[in-house]
Amino acid sequence: MQTQKFKSPVVRWIDHRLPVFSFMHHELHEYPTPKNLNYLWNLGSLAGLALVTMIVTGIILAMHYTPHVDHAFQSVERIMRDVNQGWLIRYIHMNGASFFFIVVYIHIFRGLYYGSYKAPRELLWILGVVILLLMMATAFMGYVLPWGQMSFWGATVITNLFSAIPGIGESIVIWLWGGFSVDNPTLSRFFALHYLMPFLIVGVVILHIIALHRFGSNNPLGIDVNGDQDTLPFHPYYTTKDMFGAMVFLTIFASAIFFYPNYLGHPDNYIPANPLQTPAHIVPEWYFLPFYAILRAIPDKLGGVLFMFGAIAVLFVLPWLDRSPVRSGRFRPVFKVFFWLLLADCVLLGWLGAKPAEGTYVILSRLATAWYFFHFLIVLPLLSLVEKTRPLPQSISTPVMGGAAMAGSSAPREKPHA
Amino acid sequence: MSDPAENKGRRDFIVVASNTMMAVGAGAVAYPLINQMNPAADTLALASIEVNIGGLAEGQAITVKWRGKPVFIRHRTADEIAAANDTVVDDLRDPQADADRVQKPELLVIQGICTHLGCVPLGQKIGEVKGDFNGWFCPCHGSHYDTSGRIRKGPAPSNLEVPPYAFISDNVIKIG
Repeated sequence: MQTQKFKSPVVRWIDHRLPVFSFMHHELHEYPTPKNLNYLWNLGSLAGLALVTMIVTGIILAMHYTPHVDHAFQSVERIMRDVNQGWLIRYIHMNGASFFFIVVYIHIFRGLYYGSYKAPRELLWILGVVILLLMMATAFMGYVLPWGQMSFWGATVITNLFSAIPGIGESIVIWLWGGFSVDNPTLSRFFALHYLMPFLIVGVVILHIIALHRFGSNNPLGIDVNGDQDTLPFHPYYTTKDMFGAMVFLTIFASAIFFYPNYLGHPDNYIPANPLQTPAHIVPEWYFLPFYAILRAIPDKLGGVLFMFGAIAVLFVLPWLDRSPVRSGRFRPVFKVFFWLLLADCVLLGWLGAKPAEGTYVILSRLATAWYFFHFLIVLPLLSLVEKTRPLPQSISTPVMGGAAMAGSSAPREKPHA
Repeated sequence: MSDPAENKGRRDFIVVASNTMMAVGAGAVAYPLINQMNPAADTLALASIEVNIGGLAEGQAITVKWRGKPVFIRHRTADEIAAANDTVVDDLRDPQADADRVQKPELLVIQGICTHLGCVPLGQKIGEVKGDFNGWFCPCHGSHYDTSGRIRKGPAPSNLEVPPYAFISDNVIKIG
């Protein structure tokens, strides 16, 4: 069988001794994928594309960047003005972070709607949440590196979160800083960790993919694959579809890079860091805003930090909060409504996170925060018990091919090895 | 949709066209990623220096840094000039007349980088080994250069390079 798979004798020779080609063929070519995936299933490969883009441009930026408080800001400006195409590479990296989060957030909400976190994909989901946490840490530390005003004060505020821990908080913050304020030791270690963490992400992504390929992709119907008639080989069907998605993504990404490179950034970060003056209006990058809103909604230092981290922690246990046996929101009329309410709630939190912490905004932030946790801790467990779900189709092929089509009669496409 | 042969031609066209576009795209992406490692604008801006040679007495030599590497400037004595001119050019490994290597015979300006593997030859400072030909001697692998900076003995393939320079005035030269 191995000898039939590859035409080139060199490939066969290598594959016999080191079966990398068989492995790739198995996981990327013949890998059976549900045939009813919609475009929301493109976001996984797009996240991979974004990760690779960030690593490539990041390594290049590290060649020109100087992690020292006296030189960091200048070295970034040098990248923008003097390094050949440095402006392009930095803008790709800068906007790449935002686009990575856009892709991952859509990916997460796809999972939430179609119940992709449910058995047997709980670990797949949890690994995804781990990736999200690593991404957040990486993005935060990366934002500190240009050593502008937002870098400095963002670093100060976020590291100070840990001072909320009773008793040992102060010592932890001093340990994080390597001094008594955010300063050169902080910058050096953030640079080292910012370089390290993307590779940790790659590691967890590999685990994420191993877990995915154990049971294969979920699908818009949320029902299990019954057999070959329900699937297509990954190549060329989904490689082509993923490539098309990638082209659309890159078009939008390129438009941002070339026409609105600073739209998602803050002008204050083009002012060198000044430890003696905080900018008047300090906000995190947009992808942290919902969590920032939760932090500010709680009128207690420790409580705010706990709720903020709790907003992510609740995702870890999501597979056990939503016990409904039906995965896809398509067949859950009540869940569907709450899903859209949750999405709206998260957008609202994001908007509130960018507003000043006063007046109505505070009240709204508290309501939205309450709703977020209400959704996960009360609504989902309750719905699992009381919701009357719509009947599930018999198989993936049934709704796709029409009632009559089943098994052999409905497999029009040739597969390489049936 | 008529005959299969025509369809095949169209498919081939699409495949070739998309592959070509992919190659063009890959090239466009690769260019900035590779070109960023070339010297940046600020590095290129430092590519020339001016040196005042007014105080350089006969027999003295100075070393200046140009593009991160040493440039040897020697005010040669009459003996040294004579020795450089008396050499039979055709016998040299890298034949070049002394007159082709200087703008004014008394002032020799050469890159202080051995053409073998890039070490800095000895012979600038008083007391340093000057090699068998009273010029420079590279301690790394034993190349001997004469008073015109030409390779005479050892593994180096060519003469010490003469950088581009010009006299701005009698006392100032601009290198680069």
